[in-house]
Amino acid sequence: MKHLSEYRDAGLAKALLAKIARTVTRPWVIMEICGGQTHSIMRHGLDQLLPPEITLVHGPGCPVCVTPLETIDRALVIAERPEVIFTSFGDMLRVPGSRDDLFRVKSRGGDVRMVYSPLEAVKLARENPDREVVFLAVGFETTAPGNAMAVKAAQREGLTNFSEIVSHVLVPPAMDAILSSPTNRVQGFLAAGHVCAIMGWSDYERLADKYQVPIVPTGFEPVDILEGILKTVQLLENGDPSVVNTYLRAVAKDGNPNARKVTDEVYTVCDRKWRGIGTLPGSGWRLRDELAAFDAEQKFQVNEIVTEEPEVCIAGEILQGLKKPHDCPAFGTECTPMNPLGATMVSSEGACAAYHKYNRGDLT
Amino acid sequence: MSDPRPDFSDMSCPLPILDHDTIQLAHGAGGRLSADLIDKLILPRFSSYELDQLEDQAVLDLPAGKLAFSTDTFVVSPLFFPGGDIGDLAINGTVNDVAMSGAEVIALSVGLVLEEGLPMADLHRILCSMETAARTAGVRIVTGDTKVVGRGSCDGIFINTSGVGVVPTGLNLSAASLKPGDRILLSGTLADHGMAVMTVREGLSFRSTVSSDTAALNGLIRRMLDVCPEIRTLRDPTRGGAATTLNEFAAASQVGIKLDGDSLPVRPDVMGACEILGIDPLYVANEGKLIAGVPAEAAEAVLAAMKDHPLGKEAVVMGEVVSDHPGRVTLRTGLGAERIVDMPVGEQLPRIC
Repeated sequence: MKHLSEYRDAGLAKALLAKIARTVTRPWVIMEICGGQTHSIMRHGLDQLLPPEITLVHGPGCPVCVTPLETIDRALVIAERPEVIFTSFGDMLRVPGSRDDLFRVKSRGGDVRMVYSPLEAVKLARENPDREVVFLAVGFETTAPGNAMAVKAAQREGLTNFSEIVSHVLVPPAMDAILSSPTNRVQGFLAAGHVCAIMGWSDYERLADKYQVPIVPTGFEPVDILEGILKTVQLLENGDPSVVNTYLRAVAKDGNPNARKVTDEVYTVCDRKWRGIGTLPGSGWRLRDELAAFDAEQKFQVNEIVTEEPEVCIAGEILQGLKKPHDCPAFGTECTPMNPLGATMVSSEGACAAYHKYNRGDLT
Repeated sequence: MSDPRPDFSDMSCPLPILDHDTIQLAHGAGGRLSADLIDKLILPRFSSYELDQLEDQAVLDLPAGKLAFSTDTFVVSPLFFPGGDIGDLAINGTVNDVAMSGAEVIALSVGLVLEEGLPMADLHRILCSMETAARTAGVRIVTGDTKVVGRGSCDGIFINTSGVGVVPTGLNLSAASLKPGDRILLSGTLADHGMAVMTVREGLSFRSTVSSDTAALNGLIRRMLDVCPEIRTLRDPTRGGAATTLNEFAAASQVGIKLDGDSLPVRPDVMGACEILGIDPLYVANEGKLIAGVPAEAAEAVLAAMKDHPLGKEAVVMGEVVSDHPGRVTLRTGLGAERIVDMPVGEQLPRIC
């Protein structure tokens, strides 16, 4: 708790805000990659306190938001099977597929359970040998090591009734897609601190060099975020497209080698569909071929289910930083957290949900 | 000649087993087992003059004033959690709902729905904590009912409690009576109950020291009303947390409410659990806290009276009623920005990362 109050210290934050204001001389567009950072920016009102030259745009780093409709639809079909105990992190339960969500499957009798760790799903498999336990393994590089460990644990114990729906996504290919878009307006990045804690930041040097943008691995508390913004502005003002880590207490250049090793032993890079963006080459992880026995999509033969994304909302453009949530005509009217039309309204980390929860614009 | 007729004088049907380790369907069938359960387990815990009459109803002598009447049903899982169980929760919850009107709480009813197979020891433990909670609150249990349902039809035990109280003449508390300038007072730390239950719930297996705040607040309220009978409104921020209660206040009175983000008391271990799970303490249930709307000139005296009571030691002024943004609750963050505190959509769900 000591750490928490330190990194929320109003005096430190105000000093950083003043320094940012003294440093900035012209408009800059900076993207925070991670939904956790978006949430923190909204919760503490950081965007209201920054000088007007700085525009923050919200990146694609909410795992719940970018999980494709297709994956949800496949998960729903599996969760409805009577022999299945379907397990998931809490906030995936409310994410609508094309017609349904996991809560509704549960209300119709599906055995859907919230777990806090994928290893609890392995425990369920051990305790229920006559049932099939499926874990919905979504997320960025951050959650992958735990999900990989679950597969390794099941393999070690010889559990044949545990499997995962793997829909992992990777940050660097998404940044590459944003930067290579002809409509890109992002000039600097706050990289997602917890992704970097696992993966390190070597990959970002290639991107910074290729697109000549500064990239700053950044934490999640207000002081962390303001430090990241200050460093990004300093680099932008100096025309210096470097990678500089400001999340020193969590991130080493090589990340966490043990976590990377276990992930690499279980998953391999693949093309991946992103909700609201489309398929990006080499942007995800899937189970290695030799671990196909743990692949729930193969086990329950749901690979045939293909769902096209509806064209009703602008989530894709929001996730790429091209538009803000209130640019959408449906925002707050047709589309609310109670009845989300698109990915970014679904999770509390999604940019639209964060705007709806904490915002703004309609303070009369 | 011996009598050819067999002698039935000593014969009887085999008696059903009366001493069971678990609740049987027959405990709810109205026969001997039902009577046994009530006589041996329930009545000794809840004995009051009215209950002991064993009539179909309780007949109460009430002092003059308006009748306050409330009901609540308790379905918590797990049944036992750090700091309490479904039993004291069921007593305190209804005592608080009645007391928030300013009423002197007089009597409660208790309806028990028991699941076949519920361990007798668990039922006994729950009844004991109901007895203790009622005694602590100074409230009589005057009527009740017990039903048993088949295994799988309920989650161990469901408890309904209803309560009546009498609002003294002259008191007229209402969520619709807040006026700009009024102060919003909170009686203590936020989110203790919700996080205590969440941290022991199956699937979230991390250890913590978080403990429920379940408590009857009628004594605290009496102290507050003694100091200031003009208190505008009182409410206990249970499900949906303080954010929901404050939004209800703002909507009912058509005023804005501005919170001071720095003032909100949250225990460090509760804050830690909230941070780990990605949950905002403003949206988490409390079972032993109240939020009061108080005229500005009385705020200091009411706050002092609250701090003087064991259940209000950590009371704070959490915000102010304003004429801006009617129907909306805003929070001034520690850094000086302002954001909306909205109604929650549904249950708060732990975030992925």
